[in-house]
Amino acid sequence: MIAAEVHRIPERAARTRTLRFRLPSHPIATIFLIAVSAFVVAPLVNLALIAAQGDSELWPHLAAHVLPVATVNTLLLLAGVALISVVAGVGTAWIVTAYQFPGRNAFVWLLPLPLAFPTYIVAYVYADLLGGLGPVQSVLRAAFGWRSAADYWFPSIRSLGGAIFVMGIVLYPYVYLATRAMFQTQSAALIEMARMLGASKWRLARDITLPLARPAIAAGLALALLEALNDIGASEYLGVQTLTLSIFNTWLNQSSLPGAAQIACVMLLAVGALIALERYGRRRRSFTGHDSHPGSVQRMMLNGREKWLAAAACALPATLGFLLPLGYLAHEVIVRGLVTGFDPSLIRHTLNTVLIAGCATILILVLGFGAAFAVRQLRRRLGDACIFIAGLGYAVPGTVLALGLLSPLVAMDEGINWLTRMLSGTGAGLLLAGSIAAVICAYVVRFMAIATGFAQAGLARISTELDDAARAVGTQPAAMMWAIHLPLMRPALWGAALLVFVDCLKELPATLLLRPLNVETLSTYIYQFATRGNFEEGSLAALLIVLVGIFPVIRMVRYADDGYKPQPARPGSHRGDQRNA
Amino acid sequence: MASLQGMIALVLTVAFGSTGATSAQANQINIYTYREAKLIQPLFDAFTKDTGINVNVISASSGLEQRIKTEGANSPADVLLTVDISRLEEAVSLGVTQPIKSATLDKYVPAQYRDPEGHWYAVALRARVVYASKERVQQNALTYEELADPMWKGKICIRSGQHYYNIALFAAMVAKHGEAKAETWLKGLKANLAQKPSGGDRETARDVVAGKCDIGIGNTYYWALMLNNNPAQKPWAEGTKVILPTFQGGGTHVNISGVVLAKHSPNQANALKFVEWMVGEKAQQMHADLNYEYPMRAGVPINPTIAGYGPLKADAMPLSQVAENRKKASALVDKVGFNN
Repeated sequence: MIAAEVHRIPERAARTRTLRFRLPSHPIATIFLIAVSAFVVAPLVNLALIAAQGDSELWPHLAAHVLPVATVNTLLLLAGVALISVVAGVGTAWIVTAYQFPGRNAFVWLLPLPLAFPTYIVAYVYADLLGGLGPVQSVLRAAFGWRSAADYWFPSIRSLGGAIFVMGIVLYPYVYLATRAMFQTQSAALIEMARMLGASKWRLARDITLPLARPAIAAGLALALLEALNDIGASEYLGVQTLTLSIFNTWLNQSSLPGAAQIACVMLLAVGALIALERYGRRRRSFTGHDSHPGSVQRMMLNGREKWLAAAACALPATLGFLLPLGYLAHEVIVRGLVTGFDPSLIRHTLNTVLIAGCATILILVLGFGAAFAVRQLRRRLGDACIFIAGLGYAVPGTVLALGLLSPLVAMDEGINWLTRMLSGTGAGLLLAGSIAAVICAYVVRFMAIATGFAQAGLARISTELDDAARAVGTQPAAMMWAIHLPLMRPALWGAALLVFVDCLKELPATLLLRPLNVETLSTYIYQFATRGNFEEGSLAALLIVLVGIFPVIRMVRYADDGYKPQPARPGSHRGDQRNA
Repeated sequence: MASLQGMIALVLTVAFGSTGATSAQANQINIYTYREAKLIQPLFDAFTKDTGINVNVISASSGLEQRIKTEGANSPADVLLTVDISRLEEAVSLGVTQPIKSATLDKYVPAQYRDPEGHWYAVALRARVVYASKERVQQNALTYEELADPMWKGKICIRSGQHYYNIALFAAMVAKHGEAKAETWLKGLKANLAQKPSGGDRETARDVVAGKCDIGIGNTYYWALMLNNNPAQKPWAEGTKVILPTFQGGGTHVNISGVVLAKHSPNQANALKFVEWMVGEKAQQMHADLNYEYPMRAGVPINPTIAGYGPLKADAMPLSQVAENRKKASALVDKVGFNN
């Protein structure tokens, strides 16, 4: 707080030419923002402290034998995942927003669902399906009379290409959801006008839709890429040496946590620089719409060949990313008798999972959207810096983050213990570090970027003129946020809620390391089978994650699709979507 | 902020009824484990039945030593159960252990499989062996050194070279032959691989059966688990045979499952009961039959499937030497580009 004010003094002094302390113009917003970013930054600072404990003795080895290969692999992996997730994510988001075609209403809620699968599980599924003894190669062998894998060539899923494919089809929903939220709130008038002026479908997409959607694409892509960057399970299984794997090898095999933290910090700096660069790239462009009637785009009915093309374009990612893995897992559930031999502890694990993910989601949304509103109030660099910092937790591998979070939590616990000893004479034990609070804190740090990203993208769509007008008539910031901003950014809110919730449901590395005694989530339950090469035994739990994840998806789709319909009783309204009532 | 979280913590603590705050109750023990919960749970249940002591568990795949260290004096951890000698030594070097003083353990655990100062004890053994194609491999004996022989060019499958099962094997090779020779060997093995190191030990067996390679490297118990516990994977075991390789002039590379006693163990008496119970006949038999490990205690019969591999002649080199050479082995894996 004080530091923040000091930080602001020169700026103010320059403007007002008076050197005196003043309360910030929005003290609550400032305090809130700083508290949120301090919370997220605490484990990262601790990580830097861990890194500083080590020396540089490992670096010659890393530079000569590890990092060059790992960097190239990582960059290729990210480039491939970016390509797939942008093409699949933006393409399908635009198609379901702008057009009506057979199956469209089903695709709207199928398309985000690959997200509900842990990436490594999908990697296992495809390794099984496309592997030497899997159904695909078996059919090929039978058809062509080959006897063994040595008789023919078949692309290996356990390769860089395989990893790109698996991560691409699981992670494109980040881009899909972010972009679709944007499409839904962007000026319908602009698009309708372009349509009336006879712009072709491609031109409309290229010249109007895509440029408008850029902040959302960037936000969604950043999430997808950071998720890919931090993956361990799928990369190791598929045999791709990534930077994140090198962090783990350094930590576990060279028994150098400082060395691992050093690599993680360098990666964090690189990621931070890239995100900052992207923001800088669009600093001067205003993406704020000036349409006073933000409404949904009217969906155009597609005919003939085009409607089937649109359906196929949506069916491909939905099938590869969701239906196929779903079918595989459902098959395993039946074959292995996981329903008849139902493990009753799964009920408890499911409740745990939903409770933890639900609490974390609410906390993250309140903090993340609150921070974005605060930044809008402040309109200052400090705000931008804070929210940038608040997003960095996503850029650190989960286990590393968990290790970084432990010390601050234990320190707080020691404070609490000191207090309780003073008051009652006995310690309270590890109240935070030894309870679910640790896991929830990890989720908050890790997934804050989703909430702030969606909130900022959503807010950017709302004209600041609206704020000025509201302020002119004396509306308080909190009231403005509640009555004006929030209703206008419902799609962003639901998009963020869904992503955060599903991400919490399936989060593994931090949960694994931080959860208290005797607590399992669905994700950790699956993992215990997967570590022993028996992931199919966890199929039912994987389906439960999907099942739990489907509810918010359906809710969101309903809400978002209906959210902009005119009130039915309003006479004379011609806006809205009549074809899809 | 802090109070909000504190409140959430409290509410959830009540809701879940499990926290460090209650870690020092009379009849319980808190176990941190790297072993699969499902696999080890029957052992815990049997222990509770025998002693009336309730077992609380956290299982994870990495970082538990670090967690215990950070938790400090308030850590609820009593016992850390782990596989792999290097992890046991790592726990000791992080200072999160204390010596276990138990005549029972000293009696049943051979000196080779325990820390001279009592910081860790092994409770079971596994060996890193070869799964060979029944169709295409005639021989029934092999040395680890021969894995680098060009006769196997393009015929070997293995999981990531940085996985701790492999690091332990490679570290043993460094300890036996020195760094330079081990590097040459590792290069030779790399040159013999049919595909990039990937998957797990079960996939290795699957690839052998699919014809991708003729031999694969895997742990003893996986083969038995595939054969007996997983109908879908049974063909992967049936299409292969297990060869127990040896080092030239030595025995088969074995690794251990072991226990350490946490430095700030709040339930020390129970913890001691538990580690002693683990080398009792019942627990040893469970290790052998549920997880197909070689029991530590003499006289406890090896599971018939495992016994079917032939007699195990474990290499005599002290395991501490494996742990000592782990970093070198990991660096060699990087240096020869084993995983690339």
